[in-house]
Amino acid sequence: MKRILKYFTIRLLLTIPMIFILLTLIFFVLRVMPADPVKSMLGAHAPERVIEQKRKELGLDKPILAQYVDYLKQLARFDLGKSMIMEQKVITPIKDKLPATLELIIFGLIIALVLGVFLGAYGANNRGTGKDTTIRLYGLIVFCIPAYWMGLMLQLIFGIWFDWLPIAGRTSSRVLVAEFNNTGFYLIDTLIAGNIPAFLDVLAHLVLPALTLALILSGIFVRLTRANMLDVLNNDYILAARARGISEKKVVYKHALKNTMVPILTMLGMQFALLIANAVLTESTFSWPGMANLLVKRIHLRDYPTVQAIIILIAVMVSLSSLIVDLVYAWIDPRVEY
Amino acid sequence: MVTTFLRKFLNYFKESKKKYGVQWWILVIGIVIVFFVTLTALFPGVFAPYGPNYMESGDQFAPPSFQNIFGVDNLGRDVYSRVVYGSKTILGVAFVAALISSLIGIPLGLISGFVGGVFDRVLSLIMDSIFSFPGLILAIALAAMLGPGIVNITGAVAVIYIPQYYRQVRGQTLSIKEEVFIEAGRAIGASKLRLLRKYIFPNVLATVVVIFSLNIADAIMTEAALSYLGLGLPAGIPDWGRDIAMGKKYLASGYWWVITFPGLAIVSLTLGFTMVGESLSELLNPKLRDK
Repeated sequence: MKRILKYFTIRLLLTIPMIFILLTLIFFVLRVMPADPVKSMLGAHAPERVIEQKRKELGLDKPILAQYVDYLKQLARFDLGKSMIMEQKVITPIKDKLPATLELIIFGLIIALVLGVFLGAYGANNRGTGKDTTIRLYGLIVFCIPAYWMGLMLQLIFGIWFDWLPIAGRTSSRVLVAEFNNTGFYLIDTLIAGNIPAFLDVLAHLVLPALTLALILSGIFVRLTRANMLDVLNNDYILAARARGISEKKVVYKHALKNTMVPILTMLGMQFALLIANAVLTESTFSWPGMANLLVKRIHLRDYPTVQAIIILIAVMVSLSSLIVDLVYAWIDPRVEY
Repeated sequence: MVTTFLRKFLNYFKESKKKYGVQWWILVIGIVIVFFVTLTALFPGVFAPYGPNYMESGDQFAPPSFQNIFGVDNLGRDVYSRVVYGSKTILGVAFVAALISSLIGIPLGLISGFVGGVFDRVLSLIMDSIFSFPGLILAIALAAMLGPGIVNITGAVAVIYIPQYYRQVRGQTLSIKEEVFIEAGRAIGASKLRLLRKYIFPNVLATVVVIFSLNIADAIMTEAALSYLGLGLPAGIPDWGRDIAMGKKYLASGYWWVITFPGLAIVSLTLGFTMVGESLSELLNPKLRDK
């Protein structure tokens, strides 16, 4: 336990410079660029005096370095600041939208893992056959499909041609969110409230966006599982298991798959960035009221503090996910040392 | 250097046809796709029956027919012609962006790995931070701040891929640096620059070719995504991503052809470069080759 604690501390300390670098980068990218948030806020024809005053109010008249120091001081107080466009704290819309994104991501990731690991293991087990080639091609092609186009195609087929599933938003207008909204995770909220019709409605809205995300990510898992499984199947202990007369099915899906999961787990942490990038595209295609959509909207409005806060949050999420994966890995594999 | 590399490559190509089977076919299909799309990008006028912005190519929202094989969009433009002209846009942006990233990433990686020390540590930390962050989101922020324009978008796409070259080249430089032939070069008095250029660089070239190909595939996806989100090129330039975003508005009316074909074009072009890159990576990897 002591070993893991030490490992955890070092890893945690290492994530701090990473977040700091990204934050600095984004801060300067947002400010060095020619776009002017005050003008986009007040309109191009606002009188010069009003623009100057607003600029002073927001602290934008100071030199960039001074603004940067101010921002760091503010962050040190765990304060993400106020939105430049709306009269609200930056954290308010984020708190509001984060559960929607997490619900989508978690749901999508679970489907992707199940689908990808199963197909990959099946392909490795049938190496060199037509089935294997088909699965390999699936992994390759699915990875090259843009998330938004996949989403639109699913909308076209299941939402418009067959008219089975809704294609936008998290709920229908007839469902009153206020009746059950508690944590922001609608699937859980509706279940707690015992509101089954609302639960089914929320689930129906989740299917297509989650499937979009899942299909795209499943490609990576197919390839990872297949490649690692082939490696594992070459090990002596697999030969030993076979020699003991254990059935082929048990050897592949129990002995080999278990050991394949370790490298897959490490890759899971790295795929988080990809997951977020695809979530942005999925959310905007399905008008999903999540954080990624919020980010794109606020970028268009040049709301610096909100954009910065969301980017920091994403950076923290990316580091945390890789931290958690590393920890689980260190726990599974006692040879890991830092 | 380039000729020996090509000769080596051709030899692998011949041998591996027998050895690899599926992988070889994947490479060939990839090359065919890339070659064909490059042709349409270079000579769009030869392949497209109409101009990309010609609004009388057919009736508004006419479905695919012999006159308009991919149908007609909301402004009466021929979807097929727009896909052909769009290949020029997307391929140009992706290629130039990949070129810029490699021209910045490779030297930085070489120097960083070779020199080591504080410079290497700081640069590595910065590159790793950018690398671990979702590239698309960084590109969105850059593109939004720079505003629409072909140069701006190319720049935004280029920035996010620098770490890929840097990390790979640095890692390889670190291991090559310890080889005996570097020691030998030093002993006969080769300068540091000469060691980097003539001793180390040729040895990382194979990796760079693989990354370049995969990088173009990725850059195509990123450019299309930026355009789809409305952060891409100014109106008037045919662009697959923006055409999909526009067609999305009419999807509910069932006009499937407006989005389907530009999307298929993105998928096939990305697939082409991915197939080439991955096959090369397998064929050029000595560990896998000798297995």
